[in-house]
Amino acid sequence: MIEVKSLCVDLGDFQLRDIDLSVKPEEYFILLGPTGAGKTVLLESIAGLYPIRSGEIWLRGKEVAALQPEKRNIGIVYQDHALFPHLSVASNITFGLKLRGHSSSETGEMLDWIAGLLGIEHLLNRKPGTLSGGEQQKVALARAMCVKPDLLLLDEPLSALDPETREQVQKELRSLHDRLRITTIHVTHDFEEAIALGDHIAVISDGGIKQVGTPEQIFRQPNSEFVAHFTIARNIFAGEVVDRGNGDSIFRTENTELVVSTGLRGKWHASIRPEDIFISPDPLFSSARNSFCGTITSISDRGSTLYLTVTLPPDFVCLVTRRSFEEMGLSEGLKVYITFKASAVHIF
Amino acid sequence: MTLAFTLLGALIFLFIIVPLIKVVAGSNPAILLSTFLDPEVKDAIWLSLYTALIATIIGFFLGVPLAYLLARTEFPGKKLVEGLIDVPIVVPHTAAGIALLFIFGRQFFMGKVLNFAGIQVLDSTAGIVIAMLFVSIPFLIDSAKEGFKKVDVRLEKVARTLGASPWQAFFKISLPLAWRSIMAGNVMMWARGISEFGAVIILAYHPMIAPTLILERFETYGLSYSQPVAAILIIICLTIFIIFRTLVHRSSKT
Repeated sequence: MIEVKSLCVDLGDFQLRDIDLSVKPEEYFILLGPTGAGKTVLLESIAGLYPIRSGEIWLRGKEVAALQPEKRNIGIVYQDHALFPHLSVASNITFGLKLRGHSSSETGEMLDWIAGLLGIEHLLNRKPGTLSGGEQQKVALARAMCVKPDLLLLDEPLSALDPETREQVQKELRSLHDRLRITTIHVTHDFEEAIALGDHIAVISDGGIKQVGTPEQIFRQPNSEFVAHFTIARNIFAGEVVDRGNGDSIFRTENTELVVSTGLRGKWHASIRPEDIFISPDPLFSSARNSFCGTITSISDRGSTLYLTVTLPPDFVCLVTRRSFEEMGLSEGLKVYITFKASAVHIF
Repeated sequence: MTLAFTLLGALIFLFIIVPLIKVVAGSNPAILLSTFLDPEVKDAIWLSLYTALIATIIGFFLGVPLAYLLARTEFPGKKLVEGLIDVPIVVPHTAAGIALLFIFGRQFFMGKVLNFAGIQVLDSTAGIVIAMLFVSIPFLIDSAKEGFKKVDVRLEKVARTLGASPWQAFFKISLPLAWRSIMAGNVMMWARGISEFGAVIILAYHPMIAPTLILERFETYGLSYSQPVAAILIIICLTIFIIFRTLVHRSSKT
């Protein structure tokens, strides 16, 4: 159990005030907040790398706020990976093991184990400067994980990667966590990353924690402008991707099945942009694979456009222009059809 | 524009290189050899080399910690400290020698302390080393400081979380990564020490380092007698300087 109580940290021009966090053992905990919210400093404070003004940090029943970083057994992976450029990949990974006085045979075993787990055996003799971003990421993870930390801190681990590598590393992070069960705090400004990976999410902005909850709670009832900014423009659903047998991928959520286009399987989230949904009074015959009948339950007027909530259930938020709204004579309580392409559904 | 700049650049380059080539190439090889075998010349050159080396070693142990502090910490008056460290570069070196005399002279405190410890500063190798250290230490401190600044502080932080004490993080991460800059600073400091004259003659005209010997021969016997000594010193300095620069450059690549 990791507990942060009333933590205050000075950051020059602003400060983190009264931060309270509680992370359960083996949990994957996400700290979500905009750039410049002090997320990295919060991680460094927990690790003992940044001085705190007041507050307590409890780790496995011990108060560690006064301990030196090397006594806390907390691992950290920075966004830019911070690999030691003068050491080989193998020496980077075993850096912590050697300091802990493990014998060379033990160290070798641990190295083989973690390198095998992350699929980086072929990189061990290379220097960090010769690796790709994704490879560096894995080495940094291996280095932090092989000392079996009580807590792993990940500072924007996916931000420095290109989009394809990103998706792959995201999956890898999740499967690594499922296998090793290292309690993890992962910092990000990316909303989808937070929803996809977090067991619990804490939203941090303006120097304080705004909301803590499960991914569903965060995107269903956002109480911070930062999160609302993401959720207003999106339909987000939790569910499961399955095969239907005829080659189609189906995303199953709340009695509704969406045809989607993805290689992913299992529990994920789906998002559909409101502007990608067509509304029509009658069924629409088109190449779009998803078409449902529902009732307009609310209308939010934004001037030249309107957001309509169509309830099947679940609720879909759709965007229409004022002109189409008036031409179709839409109003609350009316039955309508909503239609969108399989490719409009983003699985994450 | 490129043409004008090239011409101006060539002019200043020739200004640097022609006198050096002329003093070396203009020497009669036979005279060069006999000068080199002259015990007085040999002793002076050897003295220059090893006193500058001792000054550099002392400078390394005292300068690197300060360089690290300047690169990593903020404190009131830091800019002033950084400015003062560079003062030895800008003051006339005879003036620096006089200033040192006020600390290390026989009637002053440090002079008395060292004298009590059996070390004579005036007209001794100790005096030469002190003068060289004073005028050349800024080169090492500045170079090492830049080297440490280039080491990402996050590397040290990661090392700490992996179990390294501050000392271990310094010796395993920061020092090896700044090593090239530190060694470049050492080479500069050593070269500066060998070429020092003004501060040295105030503290120790004797024993004679090579630059002092060149002056003495020039004043006593004239240009033709000082030229071979000057040529030999230039050749030796250049050779060692090139070797060290190459070594430092190579070690940074691997």
